[in-house]
Amino acid sequence: MMSRVLVFLLAAALVFGAVTGRMGQVSQATISGAREAVRLLLSIGGSLCLWSGLMEVMDRSGLSRTVARLLRPLIRFLFREDANDAEARAALSQNMSANLLGLGSAATPAGLRAAARLHTLARQQGRGDDSVFLLIVLNTASLQLLPTTVAAVRASYGARAPYDILPAVWLASAVSVAVGVLAARLMKRWCR
Amino acid sequence: MTDYLVPALMTGILLYGLARGVDLYDAMVCGIRGGLSTCAQIFPAILVMLTAVTMLRASGAVDLLAHFLAPLSEPLGIPGPCLPLALLRPFSGSGALSVGSAVIAEAGPDSTAGRVAAVMLGSSETSFYTIAVYSAFLGLKNTRYALPAALCADLAAFLMSGLAVRLLMG
Repeated sequence: MMSRVLVFLLAAALVFGAVTGRMGQVSQATISGAREAVRLLLSIGGSLCLWSGLMEVMDRSGLSRTVARLLRPLIRFLFREDANDAEARAALSQNMSANLLGLGSAATPAGLRAAARLHTLARQQGRGDDSVFLLIVLNTASLQLLPTTVAAVRASYGARAPYDILPAVWLASAVSVAVGVLAARLMKRWCR
Repeated sequence: MTDYLVPALMTGILLYGLARGVDLYDAMVCGIRGGLSTCAQIFPAILVMLTAVTMLRASGAVDLLAHFLAPLSEPLGIPGPCLPLALLRPFSGSGALSVGSAVIAEAGPDSTAGRVAAVMLGSSETSFYTIAVYSAFLGLKNTRYALPAALCADLAAFLMSGLAVRLLMG
């Protein structure tokens, strides 16, 4: 999958570079691109590490569990009877709270645990995997409260207030999650 | 308002930890070490994608694409330079981050294009990758409507990014 995307990008660069006569710049980009990658990692790395540290403090102090508990009504609304299963509920709330805090690396293991449990529940009750699909759609839509990585990129290019995009991110995320859930609900009916 | 949010949140997290008797220093150091390994994990992908994307931008292909798509996207409030970002986003997270940071660098972080790019990055995910991970983990052969529903959510995020920047940031 990624290999195809990569080959496509490089082939396009080669063809367009030849057509527009900018092969010199394309050649130079192999060096400047690699340098930019280091620069990007340096500009997001500090912030990423800092929030990983704060997340660890939240885990140890029980604050993560409190956040997860606050999400219970939402999980009940989205996952209906599956929310009664303690194991599924715990994994779902962990997955969602990690997503909210913008920690994708912590969200995926919990999400996979939740998906496995929902899959088992669906099997036991002879249902389709609709709850699993809903979980997948929620994870592709990413409801993020604190987009620290993007804020760090903005800060590194001298943004006046790197976090001033927050309300706009919240609005766009919330609408995207709502559209994703709605689309999943509607398509579930069409797919029968 | 947003200036207060992050420092207040940070202080709140630490004070709560202190009140609960957490060894703050040890927890921070341990978490940051985890953050470092995350950096190490994402760096190879960022390097590969950023090099490819930088080459593509240097060839003029991205500008051409943005130029042709601009009449379609600009009425929707999405600046031309943000379109390649929207096209790459569902496939590659590090590729989108690369294009996004290039847009932010070129247009400026406080320009409309720079802001829309940032909001797009903050409000969407790498749908194809996420679906691949979950379906591979469960051994699902058919993800049925998961992909179209996820792409609907992405499209909504992109359209809303333009609108939200216009509405909330003038």
